[in-house]
Parts: sequence; structure tokens; C-alpha cells
Amino acid sequence: MTRSETTLHMQDISIEFPGVKALDSVDFAMRSGTIRALIGANGAGKSTLMKVLAGAYTHYTGEVRIDGKTVVMDSTRTAKGHGIDIVYQEVDTALIPYLSVAENIMLDYMVNDMKGMRVSWSDIHQRAKAALERLGLTLDLKQKASELQLAEKQMVLIARAIVHERKFLILDEPTAPLSQRETDELFRVVRDLASNHGVGIIFISHRLPELFSICEDISIMKDGKMVREARIDAITQQEVIEAMLGRSFEAEHQKHDIPLGDPVFSVDGLTEREGRVKDVSFGVRAGEVVGIAGLVGAGKTELLKTLFGVYDVSAGTVAVHGKPVKQRSPYDAVKNGIGLVPEERRKEGILVDEPIYKNMTAANIDAFTGPLGFLRPARERAAARKMIEQIGVKTPNETQQVALLSGGNQQKVAVGKWLLTDVDVLLFDEPTKGVDVGAKGDIFDLITRLAEDGKGIVYASSELNEILRITDRVYVMYDGEIVKELVTRETSEEEIMYYATGGRNG
Amino acid sequence: MNEVTVPPKPAAKTGGMRQALTFINNWGTVIAIILLVIIFAVAVPQFLMGSNIINILRSISIVTIIAVGLTVSLTINGFDLSVGSAATLANALIVSFFVWYSMPMGVSIGLALLLTLLVAAFNAFLIVKVKIPDLFATLATMFIIEGVAMTYSGGGSISAGMPRLDGTPTVGVIPEAFSKLSQTPWIIFIMLGVVALVHLFLNHTKHGRYLYVVGGNIEAARLSGIPVNRYRTIAYFVSALLAGLGGLLLASQVGSAQINAGAGYLMPAVAAAFIGSSFAGQGKPNAIGTLVGACLVGVLENGLVMMSVPYYSLNIIKGAVLALALASTYYTRRK
Repeated sequence: MTRSETTLHMQDISIEFPGVKALDSVDFAMRSGTIRALIGANGAGKSTLMKVLAGAYTHYTGEVRIDGKTVVMDSTRTAKGHGIDIVYQEVDTALIPYLSVAENIMLDYMVNDMKGMRVSWSDIHQRAKAALERLGLTLDLKQKASELQLAEKQMVLIARAIVHERKFLILDEPTAPLSQRETDELFRVVRDLASNHGVGIIFISHRLPELFSICEDISIMKDGKMVREARIDAITQQEVIEAMLGRSFEAEHQKHDIPLGDPVFSVDGLTEREGRVKDVSFGVRAGEVVGIAGLVGAGKTELLKTLFGVYDVSAGTVAVHGKPVKQRSPYDAVKNGIGLVPEERRKEGILVDEPIYKNMTAANIDAFTGPLGFLRPARERAAARKMIEQIGVKTPNETQQVALLSGGNQQKVAVGKWLLTDVDVLLFDEPTKGVDVGAKGDIFDLITRLAEDGKGIVYASSELNEILRITDRVYVMYDGEIVKELVTRETSEEEIMYYATGGRNG
Repeated sequence: MNEVTVPPKPAAKTGGMRQALTFINNWGTVIAIILLVIIFAVAVPQFLMGSNIINILRSISIVTIIAVGLTVSLTINGFDLSVGSAATLANALIVSFFVWYSMPMGVSIGLALLLTLLVAAFNAFLIVKVKIPDLFATLATMFIIEGVAMTYSGGGSISAGMPRLDGTPTVGVIPEAFSKLSQTPWIIFIMLGVVALVHLFLNHTKHGRYLYVVGGNIEAARLSGIPVNRYRTIAYFVSALLAGLGGLLLASQVGSAQINAGAGYLMPAVAAAFIGSSFAGQGKPNAIGTLVGACLVGVLENGLVMMSVPYYSLNIIKGAVLALALASTYYTRRK
């Protein structure tokens, strides 16, 4: 089947959100029938650019042209009308769990295009079956979406996208949750769509080896700008990493040399029951800050939550001060001297509706409790006042509601909570997320001081310059595993990124 | 509510409006009680007589005690629909202990309350272990326990002189001292004691703090090392215990065990607890607010009866009050 080739051109695209310029005059062009990789570090603007293209962000400036004709992308419907569709990473948000595979595939059709009241089930099933056949897939059309495997759900969404003729299909990190076999199957489908059905595929992923195996072209973004475009065979993985990171600057290493003490925390062969963390081993000594580096989705949060007793362990051991500890819940973990500053601060780290002092004593209320469990609020508030001063929370007083503090100060409260307890090991998960520059420096100082006090610190972040700035050693995670251990002084962002994107020891 | 939203700055005028709304929301219950008292006093002069005030307090005692238990289940962001059935069960048990088995008073009370706590154990099992949402779990429990209580009493009421289910004649009676419990002033003292104890428990002990923390943000509570499931369980135990106490007082008042005796207490208890949670701007379930909420329901009911509104129409008004209370809880919440 021969098809006329369609060209897509996005020119001078800019978009702003309150306080952030997310895209800064980005150009992006491709032809149907090809597969193009779109890559960039977290926050580079890839997803934003694709949402503009899919009609999800309409307040952009610049021009989108299809076959030379300007199209105003004012809704997802317009985008679909022009043959552009997107399959988001969170497949569950796009599926109706109670409906069958056929109904889910035909959802757009049933919502937008069906005339009259009567649902022709045979028609629906026939068309759904045809869409699956185009993908070379066999799925039970009557099965409920809720019963599908993740990879199958993804296929249902791809099938939904191609019920109508599609010229461009955006796949947002489609392989992140897939196994190798499922990834191979997805690649087969993607290649088939491109070469046999003339669909242009935009493939967003962090995994370089994958992109090199499936894509023909690559577009690299950084800080809201398009920094490099190339044929994939005209560029090396190393060059891609350099372009993603930009000019290589030496991050100031600010961790002082603290004499390291005995091992406070050792993890051996830790595996999470659902395989989110696989065979992880590492150690932290007193006074040491150990980094867990990795891209979003590499399993950093899952690792920390497994270490903190939130997720169940199926194999491996954790020891504090050389003593093996069993922990089936965060309650046990805290008793064992481990604290966690979680990533989702407002959801998991703080009690937004409560005053500062109740937040600070939440993990160690026993220290402020008298006989019969009666609270001693005067002591509580005094301790909170002292801590506020010690860690520099900007607030009029300790009874201030935490919701009214800035992100950085909320984070300080979330850290301060653990300083009032007797933990030996503190796990930090992206602690500078949503924190302004000044408060960021305060948090680094705070972490350094904790290390000086002989605590063991685990610092997980996808911000590599932070990892380089604050840690002594780095473990790089990829796909739930630790793939490399590096000494911070002797490594670079490039080297960490190489392993974080799936590079192997050469 | 988790997104970081920047609230629009209210203009001066709407700021005043907002303040007025907040004031009404915080003190509406008290204002409503005062207004009702004035209206009823004008319409029916006997309303303000001391004996009638005592009468109102007596009439709300059992509701308040059950409602305070329900309040504790609300603190963990739960909801115990089975309080009415738990009261029914305790009611049937205590009367049967006295009448059928002639057991001494202390043993009977202790055993009846202990057995009622099994309701809590079952609730906690469904909610914490099986992970059924609170509302549905306790709805199921409500029906099960209703059936259990009725099966135990053979599908009928139990009163002095009635034979056991197997036909054995009985000689037991309800002890004099037990009947005293539901008479004034004792029942009012018991109610105030329960309110005071639960108030202390919720606001001045670490356990109360933890209950509110679990209810406010269960994930943050868990990640602070709080044993959240233990505290959810505790909440249902307190709830069932107080529902059981309500059932015992009901037995003391009526002198017999009627079918589904406690069922009628669920709705006013829910109303009292929800009306109470906005009391004094606390914005969370609390014991004193619940007492005030029960007062509102009691004043309303008493006044309407005195104004000769037929008893069978009262539910219309009580239901409307519940809807209003819920409106004040949910309407002002940020989206």
C-alpha cells in the first residue's frame, strides 16, 4: 500500500506556566512513516511539547503546520482530526476498567462519532477486531480492561489510536513498565505501524539503547529548548548524553570531608515482592552521604519505600549498626532508627492542615507524653520552637499551619520531624523538589550537618548536579536495580547519565 | 485537594462576605439553638420551664453517648454505621442476662459490653484486614448484627417473666439499681462524663492526636511511623463500646429489650456528629461539638412535639437538619 507522505512542522513553539517558561521557541519536524526519538532530562520539556502537539495545552505561541498548512491546536479533538494522537504513560487513566477491550478500543468512536441511540455491538466488535489485526495482535475482545496486563492495556490504547487513520502517534515512555519480551512485542508493533501503515511515531524514552535500536532520528531537548537533532546513526550515545546535559560544568562539590565511622546501614540482596526493586545491595557509614541516582521511574522511590517498610520484601536483609532488622511497616522502621523524607511532600510528608509543632512531633510523640498518654503541649511547642530556629524555618511561630509555609519551609518541617527522633539513618527522596534555590542551600547544609552528627544519609535524586554536590558515593539505578557504584569525586554527570540510561560496563 | 492551588485574593467586599460565612459556619449550631429556643419559648411558654430543660437533656443522653462514639470513628476519617445495631445487641444481651439468667448486675454489664466489642473486632477485621471501605464494611456489619440480636432474642422482645427460647420459665427481673441509671440526674451525669472523657482522650492524649493525624492524612501518618491500623482499630472499639453503653441505658430506660431498639439512634447520632464538627471552627469531629449537635436535634424535637407537630413527621425536619449540617461541612471545602 502506498501512501502519500505527510510532513509535520512545529515552529517557534513557546509556552509558559505561572513562573516557568516551559518551552522556549522550539522547532520540531518529522515525516510520517518514520520513528523519531524525543529525549531530554527530567523537566526538559518533552512531554510539554507533545501535549501541545496533541492539543492538550492550547495556550502556546508559534505555529504547527501539517503538510504546510497551519493548524491551530485548540483541543485534543482538533489534533485527532488531523491524525495526531498520544498514548500517555499512565495507561490506567485512559481506560475504563469496567468496559470490555472492544469498548475501550472504540471509546473515541462511541463518544464522538456514533450517531443515534442504538449501539451496534457487531459493528463495534468488528472494528475493534480490525484495529487489533492491523497491529497483528489477538486479544479477547470481551475481556474487561481491568483484567488486562499492563502491556496489553498499552496495546488497547494504541489500537484505540489507530481505529481512525493516524498520521502521527506519540508514545510517552511506553517501555518504562514493560518486561523485555513485552518491549520486543511493542517494538514489533511500532515498526509495523511505521513501515506498513505509514504512521509517524514519536517515541519518548530515557532508555538510550532502546532508542538506538528502534528510532531513525533523534531530537534532544534541554531546559525547554531543542538542542540537537540528528540521524540516529550519525550520533553516539555519549554525544546524546552530552547534549542532554548541556555544557559540562563542574558542579561545586560541597560535602566536607567528614571522617567516616562504622557502617550504620547495610542492605544486602534486597528484592521487593512485586519486583519493583531487584537484588539491591549497598552500605552507608556513619557521616556518609550516599547518593541513589537514576531517572524518574528507575526505582529510587520504590527502593526507599522498601527500605522503610512500606513495600514488602521478598528476599534480602537490612541491617542497622550491623544488627539485622525486620520491618514489616514504617512503624517498625522508625523503631529501628530509620527515617524517610518522602518525595510527595504534601501527600506523604507533612500534615498540611496541622500546625508546625504537631508536624514536628508526629514521629516521636512519646517524648512529649506524660502518664496515661496525656500530652505535654508546652514541651512540644518548646521543642518545635528550638527546631524551627535550629533548621531555619521561616515562620512567625510554631502554631502556624504548615499549608501556609513555602515549599522549602514545608520540607524543612518534614526533615525537622526526624531530627526530633533518634534515627540513625535518614532516607531523602528528591528533597529539593518544588523548593526554591535559597531553601535548597539550607537543606544541603542541614544534610551536611546531619552527616557530621554521625548519621548515615541516603540521598535519592534524579538531579545529577545535586548528587554530585552533596554525596560521597553514588549508586546508579536503572530498572529497579543498582547498576553501578561510583565515587562522587571521581565521576561526572555524563558518567552517571550513561549508566542511568541503560549503559553497561564496557 | 492535593494540588498546589493559589487561592484567588478575595476583594474587600467578598472578604467581608467570606468572614460572615465563616462565622455562620463556625457558630451556626449555637445560633440555631438560641433562635429555636426563642421561637419555641414564644410559641409554647412551658418550653423554658426547668423541668422541660432537664427533659431535653435526658432525652438526648443516649443519642449523645452513641454519637460521641460515632465521632471517634469519624476522627480517623472512618464511619461506623453499625452503632445502632451494636446498641441493639447490648440492649438484648443485658436484658436477657437479667431476665433469663438472673445474673448479677456488674457481671451482666461487663459481659454485655465485652460481647458488644466483638462488633468492633469484626468491623476492624473487615476494614483493616480485608480493606473494605469503612462505610460499606459497617453497613454490612449493621445488618449482620441486627440479625444476630434478633436471632438471639428469638425474633421478639424480651421482658421480665418471659420464658427462655427453649421454654424454660424464668424468674429474673431488672435490678432496681440498673433502672436508676437512666433516671435524672444520673443519665445526664453519665452523658456529660462520657463527653468529658472522650474530649480529654481526643484532645489531650497522644492517642487522640494520632487518631486525628491518621484521619487527616493516612499516608503521612504511616510514613511518620504511626501504627495506623492499630489506631483505626482503636477508633472502632471506642465507637462500639459507647454504642454498647447507649444500648444498656436504653434497656435501663425501657425495662425490656425491644426489636431493633437501637436502630433509631443511628440517624440522629450521625446528625449530631456532623453538626458538631463545625462547632467553634474546629472543622473536625469533636466530642463537645457532638454534644452541642445533639442538643440542637433535641431542642428541635422537643419544641416541635410541644407545638403538636405529629411524631411521624419529625423525621422530615430531622433529616433536613442533617442535610444542612452536611452542607456546612462539605460546601465550604476547597475543591
